[in-house]
Amino acid sequence: MYAFNYHAPKTVRQAASLLAKNTDGKVLAGGQTLLPTMKQRLASPSALIDLGHAEGMSGIEQKGRNIVIGAMTRHVEVSTSAIVKNAIPGLAALAEGIGDGAVRNRGTIGGSLANNDPAADYPSAALALNATIITNKRKISADEFFQGMFSTALEEGEIIVKVSFPIPSKAAYEKFPNPASRYALVGVFVAKKGSDVRVAVTGAGSNGVFRSKECEAALSSRFNARALDGVKVSASGLNADMHASADYRAHLIPVMAKRAVEKATAK
Amino acid sequence: MASVTLTVNGKQVTATVDPRTLLAQFLREHLHLTGTHVGCDTSQCGACVVHVNGRAIKSCTTLAVSCDGALVTTIEGIGTPDNLHPMQAAFRENHGLQCGFCTPGMIMSAIDIVNRRGNKLDEHTIREELEGNICRCTGYHNIVKAVAQGAAAMN
Ligand SMILES: Cc1cc2nc3c(=O)[nH]c(=O)nc-3n(C[C@H](O)[C@H](O)[C@H](O)COP(=O)(O)OP(=O)(O)OC[C@H]3O[C@@H](n4cnc5c(N)ncnc54)[C@H](O)[C@@H]3O)c2cc1C
Ligand code: FES
Ligand code: FES
Repeated sequence: MYAFNYHAPKTVRQAASLLAKNTDGKVLAGGQTLLPTMKQRLASPSALIDLGHAEGMSGIEQKGRNIVIGAMTRHVEVSTSAIVKNAIPGLAALAEGIGDGAVRNRGTIGGSLANNDPAADYPSAALALNATIITNKRKISADEFFQGMFSTALEEGEIIVKVSFPIPSKAAYEKFPNPASRYALVGVFVAKKGSDVRVAVTGAGSNGVFRSKECEAALSSRFNARALDGVKVSASGLNADMHASADYRAHLIPVMAKRAVEKATAK
Repeated sequence: MASVTLTVNGKQVTATVDPRTLLAQFLREHLHLTGTHVGCDTSQCGACVVHVNGRAIKSCTTLAVSCDGALVTTIEGIGTPDNLHPMQAAFRENHGLQCGFCTPGMIMSAIDIVNRRGNKLDEHTIREELEGNICRCTGYHNIVKAVAQGAAAMN
């Protein structure tokens, strides 16, 4: 790891001004992605602005028909939150399936969304649930936020402060984990709110998380697992690597979507 | 350089460190608490797991300075050779280790599992929860038995 200057701001405002002063600096959240990247010398920020001591960035609350989660909220807090389990059980289950216990004790929702790893879990939830990403400057809808792998609408010096998830009528996540890394080979989050059905796919797209129009069309007429029978997803634009071909990933998308819908409609 | 104050196994320590010092490095090289092992240094194996403010974390993937003000517990802080922690005793009784390299991390993770999930743990839960701890020797079977017995003994 290359040397860097370290700052531990007490507020979001201080963090933002430190980030503005340190143009090659980066914010540090749980460090579960950034520190391994720095150790491999794939990133060498001149300064780290640690959000771990900044007030008001962590916590979960229900505000009207939304669940609002602070950017520094750890995966373990989302997975065990009574509020999340009650309002959006699929989101709590998703958090429970990230990495391992020690990673969940450190990693944060804000870090995961800002990083937008093409195989990460949270981006699919944000996109399917039509979340709003609230930064120190503005509000960004999930549809605009994710802009291809490892790329987001965040500008220089912009910090995610919280994420607001509208409570769906039905939602669930199903992941086919890579057997070694446990990241998603294919992960599908389905959500229904009123007549609006959104299906977001992670792990499969060579350009990061995306919405599956094929699955959405099938489920819009009938939100039922059988509505997905015979639905085919094109393999073009999907990842192919040593773990799975593009065709196999294309095949897995409706399969995972079907399991997710079964979960969402159970009980 | 940056200053960091931690309470490690009940003792307060203050040090001036290069900010890039990992918690694992700080524990091993500055405090000479070499029970915390570094197996992979790439966040995969869990040999470096310690507790920070009561939660298991990978100390190879955490900066020491990020833990300023925190309570840290390492394998050296949970029992003594004459008075083992119930989880340590269970690993010994069940032959839950061979070379022992993964053992400190396994034990610190196992205690965290009990703290989170209670002390009646079935085999499936234990195997799922040990996702982040890799053992090159034992084949896990005796580790799983040890965790179940240690968990019950932590009542
Ligand atoms: C062994 C292992 C297994 C894992 N498995 C999975 C998995 O199965 N699924 C999965 O989804 N993830 C997985 N992860 C990644 C994990 O979820 C990370 O916690 C997450 O990707 C990044 O969150 P973080 O808080 O650690 O962010 P950091 O590593 O601290 O930061 C990541 C990036 O986001 C930026 N950033 C952080 N917070 C903010 C903010 N508030 N505003 C703006 N920018 C910000 C940082 O500058 C950095 O560029 C795994 C990680 C490990 C080590
Ligand atoms: S040494 Fe930290 S996870 Fe392997
Ligand atoms: S006992 Fe040797 S690595 Fe686990």
